[in-house]
Amino acid sequence: MITVEGKVVLLGSQGVGKTSMINRYVNKSFNNNVNPTIGAAFFTCTINLDNAKVKFQVWDTAGQERFKSMAPMYYRNANAAFLVFDITEYNTFTSVKSWVTELKRNVEGTMVLILVGNKLDLADMRKVDSEECRKYAESIGASYYEISVLHDEGVEQVFLAASFGLLKLSTGEKDIVTTLKIYDFNNSEIKNSDVPLSEEVLVNMNIAHGIKEKPYLCC
Amino acid sequence: MATKDSASATTSSASGSTATATATATATSLRVEDVTVESGIEPGASAETMLVTTDSLEEFEQELSSSIDDRQMKESITSTISDIQQDPVDSPKTLAMNLEKSASFDSNEIDELSQQFGQNSLDADPLKCKVWLAQKKHVFVLSQAGKPIYSRYSSEDKLVTVMGVMQALVSFVQAGNDMIRSVHAGDTNFVFVVRGPLILVSVSKTLESVPQLVLQLTYVYNQILSVLSQSQLTKVYEQRRNFDLRRLLTGSERLIDHLLNFMDREPAFFLSAVKCLPLLPSMRDAITQTIVQTCSKIKNLVFAILLANNQLITLVRMKKFCIHPADLHLIQNLVDSSESFKTAESWTPICLPKFDSNGFMYSHVSYLAEDCQACLLLLTVDRDVFFTLSEAKQKIVEKLRRTNCLEAINESMNKASITIAEIGLSEMRHVLYKCKSTAQFWSPGFQPPYTTDEEIQRLLGCYQCLHHRLHSPSRPLKLIFQQLDKETMLAWVTSGFELYVTFEPLITKTDAINSIGKLLKWIKKEEERLFILNSPTF
Ligand SMILES: Nc1nc2c(ncn2[C@@H]2O[C@H](COP(=O)(O)OP(=O)(O)OP(=O)(O)O)[C@@H](O)[C@H]2O)c(=O)[nH]1
Ligand SMILES: [Mg+2]
Repeated sequence: MITVEGKVVLLGSQGVGKTSMINRYVNKSFNNNVNPTIGAAFFTCTINLDNAKVKFQVWDTAGQERFKSMAPMYYRNANAAFLVFDITEYNTFTSVKSWVTELKRNVEGTMVLILVGNKLDLADMRKVDSEECRKYAESIGASYYEISVLHDEGVEQVFLAASFGLLKLSTGEKDIVTTLKIYDFNNSEIKNSDVPLSEEVLVNMNIAHGIKEKPYLCC
Repeated sequence: MATKDSASATTSSASGSTATATATATATSLRVEDVTVESGIEPGASAETMLVTTDSLEEFEQELSSSIDDRQMKESITSTISDIQQDPVDSPKTLAMNLEKSASFDSNEIDELSQQFGQNSLDADPLKCKVWLAQKKHVFVLSQAGKPIYSRYSSEDKLVTVMGVMQALVSFVQAGNDMIRSVHAGDTNFVFVVRGPLILVSVSKTLESVPQLVLQLTYVYNQILSVLSQSQLTKVYEQRRNFDLRRLLTGSERLIDHLLNFMDREPAFFLSAVKCLPLLPSMRDAITQTIVQTCSKIKNLVFAILLANNQLITLVRMKKFCIHPADLHLIQNLVDSSESFKTAESWTPICLPKFDSNGFMYSHVSYLAEDCQACLLLLTVDRDVFFTLSEAKQKIVEKLRRTNCLEAINESMNKASITIAEIGLSEMRHVLYKCKSTAQFWSPGFQPPYTTDEEIQRLLGCYQCLHHRLHSPSRPLKLIFQQLDKETMLAWVTSGFELYVTFEPLITKTDAINSIGKLLKWIKKEEERLFILNSPTF
């Protein structure tokens, strides 16, 4: 059984539903009066696949203009980015595009990109064309999902897609630059230990797997 | 500085009627020494304090003593945050530098967006709406160029004309090298505060005094600074006088809304003090020590603050630095208005205007546990230490759980505050007690007749009037004894404390004095539970 631990960043304009989405997934709840995020919020969650376990460390960033300068702090070491927009607001799709440009420019490592069009429940007010999104997603090597956090449609799939993406990254060519943490519990001494994994142990294990560890921003 | 009065010629804004004035006069015959407290035992007093002790009128005095020009110059130029960061320890890239970058905007983009904001809400003209007109206290914020920024009860872009008039008034008086402070018309007070690039206006039919309204507007200004910081605010207007600040404040209006409601129901603001969650001293010490021990090795951690039900459980600080109650109130406002802190760990930039109005601190915000809804804030000047603080928080919670501290916190949070009746003081109903040396206050639970929101509001209004009269800039008083229709009130300020007491309407002076003596003895006996008497540091 292999465990992959990846960092995920949620990017997108204010009010597109980033916080709602992660809350739906992690806490299984939806709050109509969710506050705009101030700064960023941190979540963790784990997905169990047939032969692997994927642990996510998710940064839910704030979409408001004034926090824009903080974003690099969260995407710099991310292994996956959820690029979220609101299908009823075209300019939120435009701003996703500028996020992608920014990511391409500033992030060296390979990143799993997932384009998410939210608020599918408001499809009759749709302003962003599905086909256009699909084409755009293809052009940047992303997968595309349309979801409704409100109706809980498609949220699971987005996280599933991300975990498959990360898994693929982890088993990909060895020269891919990635900060993914991979550890294989079958060969591990610490398998049954109660001691929490320290950063040091993880780094060593990554070396054992031949994957370069970039220094962490936050630790 | 003259007060510009268009409707009435008085400069005094005290709302006391003649009846209350006579009552005050008779009160002078009441001698302070009659109250049986031995000197030197002000309950809750301590030589150590983690809070900056102040009078809430400090703002008003500042406002009065500074001229337009030097106020704008004076907005602090020092930076506490970079001082901390520049401590010899290896300093990471500073916050200030990153801030510079964030303030550059493309002005075309800005215009486009502000137009969108202007167009989207099309509700009716508030000036024709009875409900709107009947609101007791309006608050408006606009730029010096007259652009609407905030309105308490309606979308501000419906009020372009009204705000235009306000701006015209301010600049007309400014042109004469003077400053408009307040206008009194009938039962309505119009109070103006000009701060940096902003104009703040309160239109109030409440009994609150001008200094109290100024204080509230200053809080609103500080709330805006807390979101943007002084340097960013100044910068955007330097770049464009016509800037539409709503673009940077979107999502923060709710903080101002909440703050204004908070100030209407919380005496903490006009008292300039903080209330503590009652806890056994041994428990509070254990909690404090847990935080100190867990965090002592973390560099650049400035404050650790633990709040529950808006009350302070403990506050640990970096040596050298105290926190101003006004900054703590903004933090309380943030926590109280943000449900989402309950669902995840947050990494929140916040500017504390009294601490350093030009920079941001980063705050790790989280609730202790699902089963213990106390909120822990770890404030640092280092923006890269989220995971260090997150780990520290986990350790703190584990330890607190093992030592039964979480239980103790829960128990106190779930217990209704003790009432005066339960303390056993007959004829007394309610009280506010502020210990000056620690900037902390205590108040009991409300008991009949103060059980409805309306009655509670009215009572707080009475306290505010008393507060104003004790601290009246022109004629401060030491003692007020006031027999009113529904209650008798006493206010008393000494070098150690401020006391506001509500009695049954027909209480005699002797009985009032006796029961205050008993009350002070009770507070003294309980002081270790009700107040934080030390000032722990990392
Ligand atoms: N109709 C509909 N509304 C949604 C959906 N998802 C979220 N919302 C609403 O959209 C609003 C904004 O949601 P948030 O989750 O706060 O958006 P955000 O992207 O986190 O916003 P910031 O934190 O400001 O960046 C809230 O009122 C949600 O209730 C959805 O699927 N359908
Ligand atoms: Mg959010």
